[in-house]
Amino acid sequence: MVKVYSVPPDERPGETASELRIVGKPFRRVDGRAKVTGQTRFADDLQFPRMVHIKLVRSTVAHARIRNIDLSAALAMDGIVGTLVGEELPNSFGIMPVSEDEYALAIDTVRFVGDPLAAIAAVSEDIAHAAALAVIVEYEPLATIASVAEALTTPEPQIHEYADEGNIHKKVSLKFGDVEGGFEEADLILEDDFFYEGSNHLALEQHSSLAVAEDDDRVTVYSSTQCPHYVHRALSKTLDIPASRIRVIACSNGGGFGGKSDPFNHEIIVAKMALKLGRPAKITLTREEVFYCHRGRHPVQMHLKTGFRKDGTMTSQHLQTTLDGGAFGSYGVASTFYTGALQTTTYKLPHYWFEGARAFTNKPPCGPKRGHGTPQPRFAYEVQLDKAAHELGIDPADLRLRNLVEADTITANWLQIGTIGLKECIDAVVKGSGWKEHYGRLPEGRGLGIACSAYMTGAGLPIYWNHMPQSGVQIKLDRSGNVAVFCGETELGQGSDSILTAVVAEVLGIGLKDIRLCVGDTDLTPVDLGSYSSRVTLMVGQAAKQAAEKARDKIAEAVSEHMEVAMESLVFADGQVFPAHEPKQRIGFNEAVVIAESRFGTLGTTGSYIPPRAPGRFRGSGVGPSPTYSYSAAVLAVRVDPETGVYDIDRVWIAHDIGRALNPVLALGQIEGSVYMGLGEAMMEEQAFRRLPKRLSSALVHKMPSMLEYKSLGFHDMPEMTCYLIETDDVRGPYGAKEAGQGPLLPIMPALSNAIFDAVGVRVDQVPIHPELVLKGLQAKRQGREARVGPEKFPDINYGEPLIVHTPGQGGDGRAANDPKASRKGVRSASGTMKDRDEALKEHSSATLTTD
Amino acid sequence: MSAEKRQKSSGNGVPDGMTASVLNVNGEAYPVVFPTHHTLLEVLREECNLTGTKHGCELGECGACAVLVDGQPVLSCLQITTDVIGKSIETVEGLQVDNDLHPLQEAFADLGAAQCGYCTPGILMVAEALLQQDAEPDDDQITEALSGNICRCTGYKRIIEAVKWAAAKKRGDDWRPADELFSGHEIPQ
Repeated sequence: MVKVYSVPPDERPGETASELRIVGKPFRRVDGRAKVTGQTRFADDLQFPRMVHIKLVRSTVAHARIRNIDLSAALAMDGIVGTLVGEELPNSFGIMPVSEDEYALAIDTVRFVGDPLAAIAAVSEDIAHAAALAVIVEYEPLATIASVAEALTTPEPQIHEYADEGNIHKKVSLKFGDVEGGFEEADLILEDDFFYEGSNHLALEQHSSLAVAEDDDRVTVYSSTQCPHYVHRALSKTLDIPASRIRVIACSNGGGFGGKSDPFNHEIIVAKMALKLGRPAKITLTREEVFYCHRGRHPVQMHLKTGFRKDGTMTSQHLQTTLDGGAFGSYGVASTFYTGALQTTTYKLPHYWFEGARAFTNKPPCGPKRGHGTPQPRFAYEVQLDKAAHELGIDPADLRLRNLVEADTITANWLQIGTIGLKECIDAVVKGSGWKEHYGRLPEGRGLGIACSAYMTGAGLPIYWNHMPQSGVQIKLDRSGNVAVFCGETELGQGSDSILTAVVAEVLGIGLKDIRLCVGDTDLTPVDLGSYSSRVTLMVGQAAKQAAEKARDKIAEAVSEHMEVAMESLVFADGQVFPAHEPKQRIGFNEAVVIAESRFGTLGTTGSYIPPRAPGRFRGSGVGPSPTYSYSAAVLAVRVDPETGVYDIDRVWIAHDIGRALNPVLALGQIEGSVYMGLGEAMMEEQAFRRLPKRLSSALVHKMPSMLEYKSLGFHDMPEMTCYLIETDDVRGPYGAKEAGQGPLLPIMPALSNAIFDAVGVRVDQVPIHPELVLKGLQAKRQGREARVGPEKFPDINYGEPLIVHTPGQGGDGRAANDPKASRKGVRSASGTMKDRDEALKEHSSATLTTD
Repeated sequence: MSAEKRQKSSGNGVPDGMTASVLNVNGEAYPVVFPTHHTLLEVLREECNLTGTKHGCELGECGACAVLVDGQPVLSCLQITTDVIGKSIETVEGLQVDNDLHPLQEAFADLGAAQCGYCTPGILMVAEALLQQDAEPDDDQITEALSGNICRCTGYKRIIEAVKWAAAKKRGDDWRPADELFSGHEIPQ
């Protein structure tokens, strides 16, 4: 069923880089004009006649039973149109099928300050706000949990009864290979503790949603969401209405960074209120509410033990992590696995043991933020490598080069590696920064630090298990020459609309302006799972390429009959169709479509993308696989004042293996934005909480829920950046492309810590690296103590019996050796659809399947 | 506000707590009736339907809502509307001339200085105020002028380069940002 090109690749335009007309060129993004003129319609820019405004009543206590909600004072106010309480939305929801633990409005229990428990609709936002403040809630306080350590010592009361144990939401232990044997082979074993603070996405647009009821059980929801498909599913479940009667339209997002990937209670509430009142309902969160919605970076503590030989190669690694999850599951189960899953993708690790645990705490839920669960262990790993390099007397850049994973291999934890341009990345930043001349040789107070990373180009598996495409594209063409492209993808600013358009325009040989996009609309567009896990360029790109190629082949078939030339000879370029040997015989693209429409009738094609099946077959192997991985290397130059610990970053050199940049301006923008956000986490960003006194119910409140006090980098904080695009042309991606939106963030934090060490000899094993931490290290150094700042001990936690998985090097088959729950037939291989997919994979590396 | 109160009027038919007036926005007269305590941000977005002006905090912390009042950048989320009646208000919608983009808009679109585009209107307006004062601002001046604006997408550098590019375009100078901003730095061999 694999579609074979009807025109041989070497005779088609746009198949080799030199012949590409749009792909690879720095064209203006297709939504660029709308963004600079203010025409882009974000969710809060929409309004409808008779629209009501909603405000949520949010818990002021961190953990309590709700005794009573008194709405009478609110209802007595003029202008109140309606209310909602939890009992009206009794079905739970949540992004992960294993943790559907949220209610649109709390029913019996509130679990964090900010947990919504009632909604008020009024004719104006002012009135709704005043009424929400007038609601009186009686609480019966429960013990509150502020940290992983407190969760371990406070198993009761449980924040959620489904937790693996007490208030430990999820525990995982995966052991690949002979970890102990590996340590025995080591000449040097390092053990270190690290801490990585949580942070908020701080997308500039506050979340906003608007619903319009169209019948007694039919509703349209416009929302600032990265994942309209998942919102669609959550709405169907919570509203108890078939999904076919719910339409979700993802507006352009004013930034997401992972923070708009969950289905949110406010999205459900606007839909329910619209259906209840029979009129449009809208909500826009305040910035403070956004901090309490959160879903940001998990605070993670790590204990990392790695064995090295004298030559710098690694023998074994044992990583333990604890995640402070907040009050709900969110993506947390996936986040937990992600704190271990990608450790093996950069450097060869023959044996690897990962133990992770996520705690429930009475704080806003953590979830996915740019890099999802992987920046924390990457920080630990890359700082520890720097320490190992010093212990072994090996240059830190060389140490990394000696350990590089090879292309087209399978890691110890059964991840399939595609192309890897990490050597080229390291070479570029080493040469660009003058590393060999300057590293370790700069005057006191100045230093260089290096770090590397890898990231997924799309998660291999969908959030909920199914056999269907992860991305779908439909193309409609007609005699006007206009090409309409329908896809569920969602624009966050990352440029997904431009990539989709460019791929279709490239294949059909037409201009970007000849394409009309319809995206992110669950009624009109085929499903795309959403803008998360860096999946869009590869998955949407492949589906779009397939749909466009089918359209081109259909047109070519009709035109070849019409012109009486071989179909294989036809070229589509510059809005023309012509035989390669006789360019003068050209016809316009719209004329070619007329010929095809006359020949075949109404024209339309589809494209689908399903990732290749990953080789791992053990429980937990679903997190980590990706069609291919991107790679990054960074060098930071830092200047530290030894008297105060205050430091400045002079310059960042970053190289990113992007496979191929479909639009270098957009790709560089993603890399620069990642560097910026990485610097924010490295230097200052903190989603931190404090406990109020007991008379205020010991509420755990955000220390700084405002944009001024939550410190992030401004214009004046940005160092110079030198960005290298490393192109490795991965066959798994469209035109060779891999991701760029998340990976380049990852090396920044460890590179800063390593640079500070080079500058003043102080190890900072935690982020953000506040100047006072550097100063503390400097003072310790002067007093002859260890010049290190970081966590002193790791929580005492029993991760349980590990799942034993033999590595490819041990001759393993990808299955666990000791899992009674595993089927001997293997995981998820029973369906005929999967069989088709496996067969297709043998023939076609990108696993692009037709649906017809 | 109660229905009773709304009916009270201090004269000329406008209820207490409300203001009826005409705002001069982008050279056009907008008749508006609004709650007197509403900020310029709210009146622009909700009464004039000029939703190009954005909000990221409504506390004067992010700069997304910046507009020009008599040529000076103002955070519209902190600006009481009644104080700007009779003054000249400029928003992002007023930057383009007919269907032609302003040089700042051209430069931001072509250089990737706008990603999600949410902070863009505020930044464009502050940059426009700068360019009206200085035809050739340097990096430090641009950084200083835009220090009250937060952008979470770009890492800021492209914004600075785009402002310089726009300034050059306005001057009729053919200066343009370095090639590496369009294709990446040359990989050292």
